[in-house]
Amino acid sequence: MSSQDIPEENLPAAQDRPHGAAARPADETNPFADPGLPPHEPRVQDVDERAAKRSERTVALLFTLSMLATIGFIASFVAIDVDKSVYIFPLGHISALNFALGMTLGVALFAIGAGAVHWARTLMSDEEVADERHPIEASPEVRAKVHADFKQGAKESVIGRRKLIRNTMLGALTLVPLSGVVLLRDLGPLPGTKLRHTLWSKGKLLVNMNTNEPLRPSDVAVGSLTFAMPEGLEEHDEDFQNEIAKAALMIIRLEPDSIKDKRELEWSHEGIVAYSKICTHVGCPISLYEQQTHHALCPCHQSTFDLADGARVIFGPAGHALPQLRIGVNDEGYLEALGDFEEPVGPAFWERG
Amino acid sequence: MKKLSARRRHPLAALVVLLLALACTGGLYAAFAPASKAQADESAQSLAIDEGKKLYAVGCASCHGTGGQGTSDGPSLVGVGAAAVDFQVGTGRMPAQQPGAQVPKKKVIYSQAEIDQLAAYIASLGAGPAIPSEEKYGPEGADIAKGGELFRTNCAQCHNFTGKGGALTHGKFAPSLEGVDPKHIYEAMQTGPQNMPSFPDTTLSEQNKKDIIAYLDAVNGDDTESPGGLSLGGLGPVSEGLFAWVFGLGALIAVAVWVAARTAKAKKS
Amino acid sequence: MSTAANEAPRSRGKAPAGERVADWADGRLGIYSLAKANMRKIFPDHWSFMLGEVCLYSFIIIILTGVYLTLFFHPSMAEVEYHGSYVPLQGQMMSEAYASTLDISFDVRGGLLIRQIHHWAALVFLAGMFVHMMRVFFTGAFRKPREINWLFGFLLLVLGMFTGFTGYSLPDDLLSGTGIRFMEGAILSVPIVGTYISFFLFGGEFPGHDFVSRFYSVHILLLPGIMLGLLVGHLILVFYHKHTQFAGPGKTNKNVVGMPLLPVYTAKAGGFFFLVFGVISVVSAIATINPIWAIGPYRPDQVSTGAQPDWYMGFSEGLIRVMPGWEINAWGHTLVLGVLIPLIIFPLVLAAIAVYPFIESWVTGDKREHHILDRPRNAPTRTAFGVAWLTVYFVLLIGGGNDLWATHFHLSINAITWFVRVAFFVGPVVAFIATKRICLGLQRRDKDKVLHGRESGIIKRLPHGEFIEVHEPLSQEQLHTLTAHEQYKPAEIGPTVDENGVERKVSGTQKLRAKLSESYYGEESQIPKPTVEEYKEITSGHGHH
Repeated sequence: MSSQDIPEENLPAAQDRPHGAAARPADETNPFADPGLPPHEPRVQDVDERAAKRSERTVALLFTLSMLATIGFIASFVAIDVDKSVYIFPLGHISALNFALGMTLGVALFAIGAGAVHWARTLMSDEEVADERHPIEASPEVRAKVHADFKQGAKESVIGRRKLIRNTMLGALTLVPLSGVVLLRDLGPLPGTKLRHTLWSKGKLLVNMNTNEPLRPSDVAVGSLTFAMPEGLEEHDEDFQNEIAKAALMIIRLEPDSIKDKRELEWSHEGIVAYSKICTHVGCPISLYEQQTHHALCPCHQSTFDLADGARVIFGPAGHALPQLRIGVNDEGYLEALGDFEEPVGPAFWERG
Repeated sequence: MKKLSARRRHPLAALVVLLLALACTGGLYAAFAPASKAQADESAQSLAIDEGKKLYAVGCASCHGTGGQGTSDGPSLVGVGAAAVDFQVGTGRMPAQQPGAQVPKKKVIYSQAEIDQLAAYIASLGAGPAIPSEEKYGPEGADIAKGGELFRTNCAQCHNFTGKGGALTHGKFAPSLEGVDPKHIYEAMQTGPQNMPSFPDTTLSEQNKKDIIAYLDAVNGDDTESPGGLSLGGLGPVSEGLFAWVFGLGALIAVAVWVAARTAKAKKS
Repeated sequence: MSTAANEAPRSRGKAPAGERVADWADGRLGIYSLAKANMRKIFPDHWSFMLGEVCLYSFIIIILTGVYLTLFFHPSMAEVEYHGSYVPLQGQMMSEAYASTLDISFDVRGGLLIRQIHHWAALVFLAGMFVHMMRVFFTGAFRKPREINWLFGFLLLVLGMFTGFTGYSLPDDLLSGTGIRFMEGAILSVPIVGTYISFFLFGGEFPGHDFVSRFYSVHILLLPGIMLGLLVGHLILVFYHKHTQFAGPGKTNKNVVGMPLLPVYTAKAGGFFFLVFGVISVVSAIATINPIWAIGPYRPDQVSTGAQPDWYMGFSEGLIRVMPGWEINAWGHTLVLGVLIPLIIFPLVLAAIAVYPFIESWVTGDKREHHILDRPRNAPTRTAFGVAWLTVYFVLLIGGGNDLWATHFHLSINAITWFVRVAFFVGPVVAFIATKRICLGLQRRDKDKVLHGRESGIIKRLPHGEFIEVHEPLSQEQLHTLTAHEQYKPAEIGPTVDENGVERKVSGTQKLRAKLSESYYGEESQIPKPTVEEYKEITSGHGHH
């Protein structure tokens, strides 16, 4: 930008010699001077016709190998069953077809390349030549001409004088892309309060995701880990994925004495606590529960929550505790939710508050 | 071995254990006693428990207390059941060598007979899960696909998609499940060793456990097919990226060096 | 092959068919003028100049295999029950996208191979771009007139990362779904608009039913289309600028020394395409990549440990993993700094290397064209900056794989995270200082070599018993190569008061520039290269050793 204020003498001078500097003869008095391109030395193939013939045969052999490999590819495709498995050391039990096709294709291609390169390296001229470079900048005359042409064009367009045209045109061009932006509106619904609610509500039973049966307190042993979803949610449901993404529940049982957080104890049932399985960092299903430490670790980014202490964050990038679901037991002795989560589950967002 | 363990894990395993203990003491190793449960010999049972108690006093009591009540160095063993003993001692985790983040699996130092005696003793301290019999974890009647779903819900978060293991906090880890005896996997789910939570039959049914074991055998067994070639440890993108750099780009750079190299000159200067 | 362009035009009737076709085309397209400039264009030989070709060819491979994959892939999130040939998933619910990827892998003959070539080539493409960019950086090939091409290349890398990410997400497997979930969480962290963007992107709540088909058009059309345009521009500029070269006898800033496009580079570069394709095919025959069948279909309530993105996104994964969980709640709003800060640093890390050429040219104030490459040691500050950047990058890569480091090296994941947190700040500083020292050491060694010759390894015993090592003087070629680089002097602000005592205003930027220039080219930062006088004094005088 502002190299004008650099004094010229700061730039190394050696570079800007006039054209043809490359060809200048070696300077007797300067031991560091450019001696110029070294003379070309012939290769074995350039002087020995037998060596050249050998090269020719090698290249031809490679091209022939490629042809054979392609035939092998087609033969493998036809002959080998798609589900055939073979044991190849050290790869293990692998698909015979994948291996055969990949190797033959690889050889067919590699041999073409190797042939071409060997041909270039041994039989084509390897004399190094110098090509001149020309400065990319236009000459001052061209530059002046272009500037003059542009000025003339701009003047003839009268855009400089007729400001009204210019301004309205700019306005129109600025506005017109807005149509495109507006069109994007229907990409999705507005968030509303969707992120604040889950399927849980008062009286919904906690259904064990393994057995699809509602859970009883006696099912949940101290030190065990169980995952639950709200009753009525089925894997075949249209929006199963959306709902389970918020409603998934992690159920553990602690000795009531070891629960340090008062609210956690209140919301538990006989030491059984239900926490959201969705990490409050960016939403991975957090469930690496260490039953001796009562810590739960997220496998994605290692946020660690202390489930015996209100699931507060004790390590990692999560910003707040896992939401707890208040649970109790209904008349039939099944665990039930006593309402929805009181705060949004999953990653934090601007409107979360 | 498998046959043996099959019978050993019969619901009335304890009795078998007793008979085995008898056989040991009598020097009669010849045959495994059939499960003739009806004639359960009270004295044989107590003999196994006595043997187990002796083993316990030598190998375990220093950490778990003389009566299995637990100390500051080891948890109480009252009520952990025979399955927990069979898992911990049968995988070599117990007796522990040194304190650390986690007790790793080691060479097993007790014979199966001794483990069974220990198990009988611990089971006598308080009721707990028994050693499972083979039909519980055998492949018959298992739904592999359902097992896969259960595995991804309950296990993969710690043990990886196909049971290659993974990291926990502060140096603890979920071990790889490769080559682990299905019996031990079953026992681990039932008893929740160390920091692993337990998955009791009340929440993860016996059929569920069977499915999970069958799935693991299908995706992480000795004959598991890896159709695409080297499985690169089954660890996902990290090992793939390393492989792409070293063998993909590495090979290509080697090729590029050859392409760009000067051909040998006729006379070397 | 005789080149039509080199021969005088013959009468039309007798010319061979090829020549007549060429004439026909020339009459309409003017190909002879193009060929005149380019057919015998000279390219210098150096293996590192072929890194860009690795990228070009893997890009072509990706397009070829990608088109094939579109023939079989169904970009739909409709849930189906799987009844294909992979037993451990039969009867499971999954999206059509996942099911069709299983079909490609197990039922289409060769489908698995093409899928693996596509994915391996993508990893190699990005690794190639990365190394290519580093080559350009450390040799100073980005200097005028190539700054725009540097930016084109940089954009290709960034777009390549996102094309890779969108492609990786298409099969809708458990691993990539976890990555998408992360992306959703990251978008949600953006203040004010985050929630809206997320809902628009996913067509509602996560995961919704839309993102696979939307990512599909982004992955196969939008991003590759832009990349193709940039790629063509990149290549045109390479041709137009002509390739850079290392210093050496006969090589100057005004020429380019090498071999002609036709025939040598047609064969070498053309052959190299097949070599690259062949190597990637063999890799795809022997090594699995992304075995989605083992990973399982995506469910937002399932996850696996070791959840990582492909390597090129690894450094962003590292950023997000080591960030402390800061969150500000005030006035009914949440500012999720724990996610937002990494989201901001992510582009900044990339931008740091992208804008470097402009900073350097501002510091040097050099407006000349540069076609001779620097040896990294001769630009110590630049090299040190590059190594510092790489240090940050690789420290973050370690952070991104912290769980695997923990299990494979029996370390605590918490300790690794803390190491990365510290090393993110300390590592680059240490790397910068160490690299600069090493560069200066190498410069000194070069100087010694020029002045005293090469250490021959021959030990000679002098009559009075002293042992010396015989130094062989260098040839003129070597002397020239070692002294061809230029050395800047630090820019000075000059006297701030002129001879009339009037104070000149010196702006802050000018002062900053002078400071930077001093740190670039001051006494601490470069070893003055040997002068002819020094050389003559040593060589002509008393016997040197």
